[in-house]
Amino acid sequence: MADIRNNFVGIKSPNPFWLASAPPTDKAYNVIRAFKAGWGGVVWKTLGEEGPPVVNVNGPRYGAIWGADRRLLGLNNIELITDRDLQVNLREIKQVKMDWPDRAIVVSLMVPCEEHAWKAILPVVEETGADGIELNFGCPHGMSERGMGAAVGQVPEYIEMVVRWCKANTRMPVITKLTPNITDIRKPARAALAGGTDAVSLINTINSITGVNLDSFAPEPTIDGKGSHGGYCGPAVKPIAMNMVAEIARDPETHGLPISGIGGITTWRDAAEFMALGAGNVQVCTAAMTYGFKIVQEMITGLENWMDEKGHASLDDIVGRATPNVTDWQYLNLNYVAKAHIDQEACIKCGRCHIACEDTSHQAITSMVDGKRHFEVIEAECVGCNLCVNVCPVENCITMEPLAAGVIDQRTGRPVSPVYANWTTHPNNPMAKVAAE
Amino acid sequence: MATGHFKQGIAGGRLSPEQYADNFSDLHPPLDHHEALVESDRCYFCYDAPCMNACPTSIDIPLFIRQISTGNPIGSAKTIFDQNILGGMCARVCPTETLCEEVCVREVAEGKPVQIGRLQRYATDVAMAENKQFYPRAAPTGKTIAVVGAGPAGLAAAHRLARHGHDVTILEARPKAGGLNEYGIAAYKSIDNFAQAEVDYITSIGGIDIQNGKALGRDYQLSDLTRNYDAVFLGMGLGGVNALRADGEDAQGVTNAVEFIAELRQASDLASLPVGRRVVVIGGGMTAIDAAVQSKLLGAEEVTICYRRGQEHMNASEFEQDLAAANGVIIRHWLQPKRVIAEGGKVSGIELEYTAMDGDKLVGTGERLMLTADQVFKAIGQSFVPAALNGSGALLALEAGRIKVDAEGRTSLANVWAGGDCIFGGDDLTVSAVAQGRDAAESIHRALTSNGRA
Repeated sequence: MADIRNNFVGIKSPNPFWLASAPPTDKAYNVIRAFKAGWGGVVWKTLGEEGPPVVNVNGPRYGAIWGADRRLLGLNNIELITDRDLQVNLREIKQVKMDWPDRAIVVSLMVPCEEHAWKAILPVVEETGADGIELNFGCPHGMSERGMGAAVGQVPEYIEMVVRWCKANTRMPVITKLTPNITDIRKPARAALAGGTDAVSLINTINSITGVNLDSFAPEPTIDGKGSHGGYCGPAVKPIAMNMVAEIARDPETHGLPISGIGGITTWRDAAEFMALGAGNVQVCTAAMTYGFKIVQEMITGLENWMDEKGHASLDDIVGRATPNVTDWQYLNLNYVAKAHIDQEACIKCGRCHIACEDTSHQAITSMVDGKRHFEVIEAECVGCNLCVNVCPVENCITMEPLAAGVIDQRTGRPVSPVYANWTTHPNNPMAKVAAE
Repeated sequence: MATGHFKQGIAGGRLSPEQYADNFSDLHPPLDHHEALVESDRCYFCYDAPCMNACPTSIDIPLFIRQISTGNPIGSAKTIFDQNILGGMCARVCPTETLCEEVCVREVAEGKPVQIGRLQRYATDVAMAENKQFYPRAAPTGKTIAVVGAGPAGLAAAHRLARHGHDVTILEARPKAGGLNEYGIAAYKSIDNFAQAEVDYITSIGGIDIQNGKALGRDYQLSDLTRNYDAVFLGMGLGGVNALRADGEDAQGVTNAVEFIAELRQASDLASLPVGRRVVVIGGGMTAIDAAVQSKLLGAEEVTICYRRGQEHMNASEFEQDLAAANGVIIRHWLQPKRVIAEGGKVSGIELEYTAMDGDKLVGTGERLMLTADQVFKAIGQSFVPAALNGSGALLALEAGRIKVDAEGRTSLANVWAGGDCIFGGDDLTVSAVAQGRDAAESIHRALTSNGRA
């Protein structure tokens, strides 16, 4: 049986599935339920500094988009950090950690961007026995307007400064949570590393409006006729999050920096993909908020069974395995040629491949052959774009078949070259690097 | 169980009021809003969709389903009505399993087609509930057209003609409009007086005057129409019922299935409707199934359909056959009626002969079977009764006993068009009658207005 125990910057948990800092981890009651359900760890919902608790809106906090059958595809929220008293949270954290020593408890923090504020909170958190802290530099609403959250996360210099303060004032591992609301995710990651962070976690939520009510002409969620951008999460953000994880994992400056992957993780497969791209573990929120804590049982068994099937003994065998295969476009092999192939046995003749190719691509799929409804790839026109594969409703009906070296590409009339060649040396590239004579 | 359940002979009151209500509730209950969204999402929006090509009225099915999925049921209804103004009834009675849904790629792929019929009902119900009228009438042309028969063909023709600005008079022999939609459809396929609601919806366009109780050949002649109107559309359906050609078929208890179905639809109290304890239905089409299933639902203890050929030859679709079986009807094949047995003038049984194919000819094998029955339904097809046309001046050309028309629905007589079950080449489907009525109307409009220009 595969060993899925996780050791993330020294924080141990029985599995790599943590609940992200969010409503599900706001209090002992929820966290204990999560641990009972099998979650490996939690990042306790963000604590603020001592003082009057933050206030939330008293109307809708969430907006959503749905797929068929109202499957929740994306969720956003305008909730703030914990609105519970700091001391209550600290007491509960301490108690839960005592009762559940084998589970990871990391405490998310957000206090004003002043060293004394951080110096004040770090010791009280440390006193709870928590395993580490996560710096919330991501919250995109409410707190950022007060100079915290994303307001810090969008300025690499601030990130570095705050991380440095934290590292100087606590023995606990520091995980820096990054906001995706930034042009180049590598910059804040580098800054966090420069400040001495032990790890980064990403992504926090994305600025978003999930919908507009066409009767009131107000954005959703609507509070008394008005709306504000909220933080977007859930399955819809996964591709964006994975790219950001990969960017940090493969950046020479941050390569090797531990990453806790977050963003739309719903199944074991999502988790495995994040880990393959370089995440040492993963954090989940929306899936739990959609289905409850029990989903972790599917994640645990799914990951174990896949690892067993593929012969991966431990998480070390999979973390970062896909990172070397993420590259820049300019290094892709331009001599690789693939053509779409339609399995006529599997084809149900819906014609979507044809109309997609005909209307929007390369006119490379028939609709009628010898007077019969028949969909077949015209190799001489097919550029191998893969659109037909993606619009086909039947899995594996259309596949991309690479042409072997030496075979004539019907489209160009030239044989497929066995040699790897990319844009950097392509004759059409005015910047091409000519090989040394 | 009601006390009347095992009453001998043909009797009413076999069931409790609750059982009647339950038995004759909607066969395919409407999809609710969420169900419609989920079902519409199953549609792949096929290119050159097979369903659309299979629909006799060529409704743009992928488009109307997509309009449902995007929360645009009104747009969806218009897509349907553009091609088929009786889209509401067709959604209920079309044998979709042999038309659009049979060729749905999801039927091919997984044996579960998109429920096109129920989605069509969803969209048309929304529009009809709002009485949303999509078609303003064109400026009056001053032309008048007589339509014989207020069935699907006549109504479709009348609506299309009214749209084009013509004035239409529909002459209908029966007390109500709707034709077979009103009189010929099993009750559980069209509940809540839908046929009349649809007639009202269609005639709301204006310019359509329906006159009931006016039978061709009895109250007026075809020549009257050709003289008094600019054009005539004949859509009177089939008036005759084929004979059993079995001895003793005049016995009391031998009933036309078509009449039984009509009576059932018009009955205000189902308990008052008598049905045999043991019923035999002769035939293999939709009418046989409708009569058999409804007999069972009225409380008959034993209902047997006898069809003279094999299961694969039955006109009733597989779905209809399954529906009969699910309701406890026994379907027997390779049996033809020979003699109705009567006691005191009342049916007591039927003698049948086994049949077999001799080459491509159906022959009796000589082996006989006796079935006890107190009611026998004839459901072996209807025939066109041309007598009504006779003596109307010039004789209309017929083909195989029905009116001969060309591709546009033109008969052999000038200014006379025809469509629906009364024409040769029809397939006895509501939806085909609608298509023929609609297309004949376009042909009439072209003829009266010099290529569509008034």
